[in-house]
Amino acid sequence: MAEIVLDHITKRYADGTVAVDDFDVRIADHEFVILVGPSGCGKSTTLNMIAGLEDITEGELRVDGRRMNEKAPRDRDMAMVFQSYALYPHMTVRENIAFPLKLAKMGREETQERVERAAGLLDLAPYLDRKPAALSGGQRQRVAMGRAIVRDPKAFLMDEPLSNLDAKLRVQMRTSISRLQKSLGTTTVYVTHDQTEAMTLGDRIVIMRAGLIQQIGPPQELYDHPRNLFVAGFIGSPSMNVVPARLEEGLLRTPIGDIPLRGRLGRAAEGPDVPRDVIAGIRPESFEDASLVHDAEEGGTFTGTVDLLESMGPEKLAYFTLDTGAVRSEHLSEAGGEEAGEECRLVAQLDPKSGARRGQPVRLWYDTQAVHLFHPKTGENLTER
Amino acid sequence: MNGAASGRASASRGASRAKGRALTEGQRAERRLGLWLCAPAAIIMVVVTGWPIVYSVLLSLQRYDLRFPEDKAWIGLSNYATVLSSEVWWNAFWVTLLITVVSVAIELVLGMLLAFAMYRAIVGRGLIRTVVLIPYGIVTVAAAYGWKYAWTPGTGWLAGLLPGGSAPLTERGPAIAIIILAEVWKTTPFMALLLMAGLAVVPEELLRAASVDGASLWQRFTRVTLPLMKPAILVALLFRTLDAFRIFDNIYVLTNGSQGTGSVSISAYHNLIGGLNLGIGSTMSVLILVTVAIIAVVFILGFGTAAPGSER
Ligand SMILES: Nc1ncnc2c1ncn2[C@@H]1O[C@H](COP(=O)(O)OP(=O)(O)OP(=O)(O)O)[C@@H](O)[C@H]1O
Ligand SMILES: [Mg+2]
Repeated sequence: MAEIVLDHITKRYADGTVAVDDFDVRIADHEFVILVGPSGCGKSTTLNMIAGLEDITEGELRVDGRRMNEKAPRDRDMAMVFQSYALYPHMTVRENIAFPLKLAKMGREETQERVERAAGLLDLAPYLDRKPAALSGGQRQRVAMGRAIVRDPKAFLMDEPLSNLDAKLRVQMRTSISRLQKSLGTTTVYVTHDQTEAMTLGDRIVIMRAGLIQQIGPPQELYDHPRNLFVAGFIGSPSMNVVPARLEEGLLRTPIGDIPLRGRLGRAAEGPDVPRDVIAGIRPESFEDASLVHDAEEGGTFTGTVDLLESMGPEKLAYFTLDTGAVRSEHLSEAGGEEAGEECRLVAQLDPKSGARRGQPVRLWYDTQAVHLFHPKTGENLTER
Repeated sequence: MNGAASGRASASRGASRAKGRALTEGQRAERRLGLWLCAPAAIIMVVVTGWPIVYSVLLSLQRYDLRFPEDKAWIGLSNYATVLSSEVWWNAFWVTLLITVVSVAIELVLGMLLAFAMYRAIVGRGLIRTVVLIPYGIVTVAAAYGWKYAWTPGTGWLAGLLPGGSAPLTERGPAIAIIILAEVWKTTPFMALLLMAGLAVVPEELLRAASVDGASLWQRFTRVTLPLMKPAILVALLFRTLDAFRIFDNIYVLTNGSQGTGSVSISAYHNLIGGLNLGIGSTMSVLILVTVAIIAVVFILGFGTAAPGSER
């Protein structure tokens, strides 16, 4: 268990690619930190630098205050779970889990005891004498976890450990990883490109894009206060609606109605170098069927025809097409939301009691104070600065 | 590929339940096609290798010396008794075995190092691979003459390095060492190539996992790389052992078997071609074949447990 400090770390590969640029994070003891971002943003590279599998070009890695840059992976006392699990095919499950202990020259009895304990924790006891080839994907994943927890390392490093599992198993394993980490209290760095995993697992999320940290914070903070358009588009499912908007005297003109510039919107509009044309963002859950809202004063309303209705059980998702062009921004395309079409689309998350029907018009209420304004060029969140 | 194949298999299983006859017909046709496709190769094999083998076995059962053709007669196994009780044969056998074991062992170690160098080299990989393969590309006899001249006192640069007056190729021990050297020099690249193919099947991620698990470079090699390469190593050893046991050209050029440096192949050759004794020569050839077959069987039994995941 340890505190891990990444002090302005940069990784430049031999071919000049800067995979990680000035990564600066302090990971507290016992903390569960998620590295999330689109493919190729440098998550694995960062994790590998912590593990010692990649050299650090610039900056310093400290574990419990001690510099680690030059230490070999075996001297860092960290355990890693790989996306492919990387189980040793020629060893049984027992030998796989015991491998780190064997290398550490632990006595036979203690090894035995620890392996049994790890296997018990992960429900692997019946499979101990099998080879990995004779296990299911979920069981292999658990063996990989077992190999990590068996030796009480300073930290767990996990690189997309669940991405090879089917959806249901992934949810199951997600909860068991979370529970395991809480009970062991081991500092954990977890890489994923799945925003749901990021939101549900971590104490803190580090969002990366093209080697640069976009924002660091607890899941709820990233969700409520995204620092830029990229973070706003990445976190949340379905992703935030974005519509073109124009700032006029005391008013924000949007395809879903004019919004008075009061409160935080007003402050945002008054900030320095705010362009007239901005991007407005509003989360699907900030909408509601107007007929279900008692006090519809505070907030705007908008009437549209439902293109498509999805009943999810606890909620309904209603899709609309606005008669304006879709917002185009490099900050959005990489965030991996729904593919941008020609038309501007809107998703509203409604109460299941809503009477909205496909092909029928419905009047929606939305919380105007939940609207975010983004700079169209820089993507900066004007309402959060 | 896997998915497609199993898809087809399950589809055909479904069809077989529907109309079993039509499908067995199809399977039979497929099998027939397979046999037809193998036939040319099989026939050529039988003609060029099968018949000579049968013919040598027949010759080995006869007294048949071209110098005394009128003495030709069927004598059962007595040629075998003659050869197996001959000191010359057993000397050749042990020399061959010595050369085989020592050269294959050295080749394995050197080949492994070269395979690593070829596989891991970051700079000049192309150059390293080319240089390593050069000996393999040179005709054995030509290379053997190179070694012979190099070790001949007066003309050779290697002989010149030795204290004056020594002629290594005329003494038994040094001559065998030189034969082994020539053999190793010539065939290590082949070993390295086969081992490199084995190295390539070890997933990079396993080695990374092992280093995080606390394995040193040497432990990664012995605990992960070697076990996973075992099938490739066995193939390489099998090929090279069989090859080395039949060693002929290097010895033929370097010593021609003098000073008791002859291999079993050299003995067979001297009896068959030099001595014109077809019976004894063929007997030796058959004995070489039997030994090689035994070596092959031993290795193949070894394979059984070598393939990863083959045993539970
Ligand atoms: N050995 C290398 N040499 C040069 N560039 C590399 C090397 N390895 C990775 N990169 C580059 O570094 C960047 C970050 O790669 P990395 O593997 O860290 O991405 P990632 O965030 O883990 O992506 P994914 O989600 O697809 O796994 C990518 O642009 C990649 O092309
Ligand atoms: Mg990755």
